[in-house]
Amino acid sequence: MEGKKQPYMFIFGALAVLTVVEVGVAFIGLPRTLTIWVLVFLAVWKALLVALYFMHLKFEPLRLVLLAAAPLPLPFVLVLIVLVEYAR
Amino acid sequence: MSDAVVMSGGVHAEPGMRVYNQKLGMWVFLTSEVMFFTGLIGSYLILRSAPGVEWALPGEVLNVPLTAFNTFILICSSVTMVKAFAAIESGDQKGLRLYLVATVVLGAFFVGVQGFEYYKLIEEGFLPHCGEELAALVPSCHLYGSTFYTMTGFHGTHVSIGVLCMIWVTVKAFRGKYTQGDHGGVEVIGLYWHFVDLVWILLFTIVYLI
Repeated sequence: MEGKKQPYMFIFGALAVLTVVEVGVAFIGLPRTLTIWVLVFLAVWKALLVALYFMHLKFEPLRLVLLAAAPLPLPFVLVLIVLVEYAR
Repeated sequence: MSDAVVMSGGVHAEPGMRVYNQKLGMWVFLTSEVMFFTGLIGSYLILRSAPGVEWALPGEVLNVPLTAFNTFILICSSVTMVKAFAAIESGDQKGLRLYLVATVVLGAFFVGVQGFEYYKLIEEGFLPHCGEELAALVPSCHLYGSTFYTMTGFHGTHVSIGVLCMIWVTVKAFRGKYTQGDHGGVEVIGLYWHFVDLVWILLFTIVYLI
C-alpha cells in the first residue's frame, strides 16, 4: 500500500451511497424476506469495503488475511445450528 | 531473519506473519472481538427468529433517520482516520494532526448522539424492562430492549474507549512522536477504529433496519 494513491474518497462515497440505499430499501415496502436479503447483501459489501481498503486487508500478506477471516465461519455455525433446531 | 521485511512505518516485521508485533497483536485482539460480537449478534438473531416472537418493525420504536445520520458520522470518522494514516505515510505532520483531531471530534459526536438516543428512548419507556404501554405495542418488548441495549451499549463502550485512545495518539502526534519512518501507533489505533466502524455497519442493519 506504500507509495500508491488509495481510493479513500471513492470508498467513502460508496459507503455513504450504500447507507442511503439501505435506509431506502428498509422503508420502500418490499416483501420482508427480500428486504432482509438485500439489506444483508448491502451491509456485507459495506463491511468488506471497510476491511479491504480502510483496514488495508487487500494489501496485507495472505497469512494475515486468513487470521482475520478465521472467526468468520462462527456466526454461520452458531445461527445455522439454532435455526435448524427451531425448524425441527 | 531472512524472512523479515520493513513494513510501512519503518517498523521491522517479524518472520512468519510478516507484520510487526503491535500490528499482529491488534489483529489477534480484533479476531477475539469478532468472536465477542458474533456471540451478541448471533444470540440476537436466534432470539429474534424464535417461533411465536414478534419484534418491532424498523422505525416503530427506534429513530432510524437519527441513527442513519450517526452511521454517516462514524463512516466520516473512518475516512479521517485513514487520511491521518495516509498523511503520516507521506510525512505530512500537519495533515496527521488535523485528521486525528477530526476523528476524535467525530467519534465523540457519535457517542454524544447515541447518548441522546438513549435519553429519548428511556424517556419514552423503552427499557430492558419496558412499560405496559410499549409492551402492548411490542409484545417482545423486554427481550427487544435487553438485546438492543446490550449490543449498542457494548459497541458504544468500544467507541468511547477508541476516542480515549485516539486522544492519546493525537496528543503524541502534537508532540511530534510520529514520523514518516515510525508511525506504528497511528496504524494500530486506526485498525481498531475501522473495526468499530465495521461492527456498527452490521449492527445498524441488523438492529435498526431488519
